[in-house]
Amino acid sequence: MLDDFLIRAGLAGLGLALAAGPLGCFVVWRRMAYFGDATAHAALLGVALALAFDLSIFTGVLAVALAAAGLVAALSGRQHSTDTLLGVTAHAALALGLVAVSLLHGVRVDLTAYLFGDILAVSRTDLAVIWTGAGAVLALLVWRWSPLLTATLNADLAFAAGLDPRRERMVLTLALALVVAVAIKVVGALLISAMLIIPAATARGLARSPEAMAAAAVFLAGGAALAGLWLSWMADTPTGPSMVAVAAGGFALVAGVSALLDRG
Amino acid sequence: MSLIDAEGVTVRLGRMVVLRDVDFSIERGEIVTVVGPNGSGKSTLIRCLIGALRPARGRLRRAPGLRIGYVPQRLEVDRTMPVTVARFLDLPDRQPPAQVAAALDRVGLEGIGTRDMAQLSGGQFQRVLLARAILRRPDILVLDEPTQGLDQPGTAAFYQLIETLRAETGAAVLMVSHDLHVVMSASDRVICLNGHVCCEGTPTVVSEAPEYRALFGPGTGGTLALYRHEHDHSHGAAPQGEDAGDCRHDHSADEHSTNGRAP
Repeated sequence: MLDDFLIRAGLAGLGLALAAGPLGCFVVWRRMAYFGDATAHAALLGVALALAFDLSIFTGVLAVALAAAGLVAALSGRQHSTDTLLGVTAHAALALGLVAVSLLHGVRVDLTAYLFGDILAVSRTDLAVIWTGAGAVLALLVWRWSPLLTATLNADLAFAAGLDPRRERMVLTLALALVVAVAIKVVGALLISAMLIIPAATARGLARSPEAMAAAAVFLAGGAALAGLWLSWMADTPTGPSMVAVAAGGFALVAGVSALLDRG
Repeated sequence: MSLIDAEGVTVRLGRMVVLRDVDFSIERGEIVTVVGPNGSGKSTLIRCLIGALRPARGRLRRAPGLRIGYVPQRLEVDRTMPVTVARFLDLPDRQPPAQVAAALDRVGLEGIGTRDMAQLSGGQFQRVLLARAILRRPDILVLDEPTQGLDQPGTAAFYQLIETLRAETGAAVLMVSHDLHVVMSASDRVICLNGHVCCEGTPTVVSEAPEYRALFGPGTGGTLALYRHEHDHSHGAAPQGEDAGDCRHDHSADEHSTNGRAP
């Protein structure tokens, strides 16, 4: 069954959805969208390093994504606002990545594959990496769920309960870097944030509890992945962007319907 | 043994020294109120005592296993997060539903558990925060200007509730307030803060202390009497406590007079 590239692609999309759903909720709740962008764009630099030093793409991307996130965390609150720092990091990482890839000699790199994903070329090994990474992220978030929610609501509330919000933040940073490393093959560096934010934002209109919102985001992301795959198969469009386009369509639909219901 | 005990605590935020050499302690069942003008370090002291800030110098000790019920100054539930009142009370750990309902009853919000946090009024929101704080049977309630945004009757009712809760549970209460005339009469001890402890003592003693009057003006003496109940009324008493007579900086400076005057 796994011999069929379409089935492998579908499973890769579902694996990503499993992790991106709940993590995307935290990205939305904590207003970390730009932070997600910075981490995701750094992935391209990770690809260049992985190719240069003959590492696996997963390892290179994970290392650089963690480094970028750590850099922003270490520098924020000093001279520049976090927002500015993230803007610098996100675009600097993207530019550096593009430069670094072009400097690689003797390796022909298909840039489009890393920028927009190459889900139809997912191998069995890729699939194992994606599901292991996504499973790890999901386990991490389930384990830290209540402390994460408390720290997200109010840092001092968490301190008073004996929790350390800084540790919870590190948990999210680690989860984000893992998702980026997993997702680069599926939707590519430029569209990872979209798969985090759009399903979660859509789920907000459908849920009454944080848990329901996370679950709904998983289903929406999974649905968008499968529908996008089908769309790209039928219309011969790029798969990663098709998935994001479907997710965005879902968002518009839910937003439109709830606006109508509010009025009526 | 004190619930929380601080000795010579100095706190820096960035390069600025916000608190200097603060001694503080609170005993079981005590109500202590911290007053002081804006920027006097009240919230910094609270955040330091609950463990959110680390002192740059000094010693801070909390009783082992101390349970803190904390009501923050401001808490905004982001509209992007759907969370019902009952779910909010279940953070950071789930509590038996019967106890959650009882805590809501206690603050006068029975049956509100299924409501979304974003739909609550300011007064309801503060009382939900209080319900969450008492739910885990704390040794000490810590409230940072809990009545901000409440009107006069709402404020009075809120403090009444806190006094009742103290009587029922025996929890100590540490609060920061601007509502001097309401708060002070209910307190066992008042600490007047302005970067350091200016003066300290029973409400009457502090309200008569020159350091306090320099910060807040003499006008609060009359309103204080409105809410006075069990404390002895002794005008003209000399300020007590070591710190009261040892206040070296100039309190008459203009910087205090505008925001420090009681409403």
